[in-house]
Amino acid sequence: MDGRGDAGGGLTTIFRMPALLRQEGFADPGVAVDEREARLQLRRQIARLEAKLAGLFGEAFGHAEVPHRVDALAPAPRVLDLGELEEIRDRLADRVAEARGVLVERRRVEDENRELVERMLAAPRDFKWVRVSRQDLGLHGCGHWHSRPRLGPIGMLMGWWRVKISSGCPLAGRLAAVDREGQARPGEAGRGS
Amino acid sequence: MGADPASQRIGWVPAPRQGWVAPHIASEFPGLGVAWVEVDAKPGKSPESVRRRLRDLSDRTYGAQAIRLRERPIPWAYRVFFRQIGLDPDRTRTPVEQLTLDRLHDGGFRSNGMPRDALDIAIVETGVALRAFDAEGIKGRLCIRDSAPGESLAGMAGEMAKGTLAIADGKRPVGLLFGPTAEDLRVEKGTRRIAVAAVQVKGVPQIAVEEALWMAAATLEAG
Repeated sequence: MDGRGDAGGGLTTIFRMPALLRQEGFADPGVAVDEREARLQLRRQIARLEAKLAGLFGEAFGHAEVPHRVDALAPAPRVLDLGELEEIRDRLADRVAEARGVLVERRRVEDENRELVERMLAAPRDFKWVRVSRQDLGLHGCGHWHSRPRLGPIGMLMGWWRVKISSGCPLAGRLAAVDREGQARPGEAGRGS
Repeated sequence: MGADPASQRIGWVPAPRQGWVAPHIASEFPGLGVAWVEVDAKPGKSPESVRRRLRDLSDRTYGAQAIRLRERPIPWAYRVFFRQIGLDPDRTRTPVEQLTLDRLHDGGFRSNGMPRDALDIAIVETGVALRAFDAEGIKGRLCIRDSAPGESLAGMAGEMAKGTLAIADGKRPVGLLFGPTAEDLRVEKGTRRIAVAAVQVKGVPQIAVEEALWMAAATLEAG
């Protein structure tokens, strides 16, 4: 079959195709495309994506660093064309997807750490010296869970392990005392305890 | 430009005047607008009442608010508009975000004298983008339009790129939209009358614009 006729011997439209393709009217169908409507639509999409990104940025702040920057396309403010608006929309969509990915990964790690703390509390001996901070669980504050032996070396030898839960952030007075101590003995600053 | 007659005043503050937006720009950015008030005021040191107000404002502004600022409707609307005109709002900050960041950086809103303090108070309280001009240099109504070929901004080297969005008066651009002001229209020592202009974008309610202008003008007049 050469494309000019079908099995029944009738003509097909393929026969006329080269002539159709040659017509100038095919390249320019004569339909005016309203780009302004497309630009308005893209601006609405940009607005929605910016809201999503702002929400993710606020949610992640202090727990994880989410990518949120979309560089400027113009040195000065101007009306962007369709392609430029699409570029911004796409970049914002990428940032939103990346930020969501970072948050999902962060939540997975926090869930794992939560399970770890539960297992530590159930069997401290199986997690010797393991320390999990509140930040690792996505919580505020300075506390941590630390698996350590009772009575120091005796507990280590006897296998008396427990999870010690710290009491939180150091008091301002204690921090100031550490500063004063450091200033009084500058030669000792930076030495390990 | 002369003082407004008493009939056009709200209390002791002049009523805001509405500028216009070039039709092809307005069709691209529905909700875009400019309004301004003119106040007889000179630049100078802020009175104690204004400085106290800045301190009170500092006490009410926290880091957590700064992080969540971009989720609030008016700051978000300006961020969106910045994106739509090709600016990066994390580099070219919206006025309210810039002030909030400065507050966190400096530990408080610093007094920079009038009219800046008046504008800062109104911007932080309402979120609306405000700027000041020397009113005596403004000819006719303010508008937002794109620059014509060959136009330039006084004090800036070279011509403005064609299509740059600017605030203009009846004769020429007086400042880039969210950018620098023409050199001869900046509020300086010799200024006797100040125009406070608000740029409204889609999502910023008219009442917020009026409140911002009223607040800035009242603070200026009180000072």
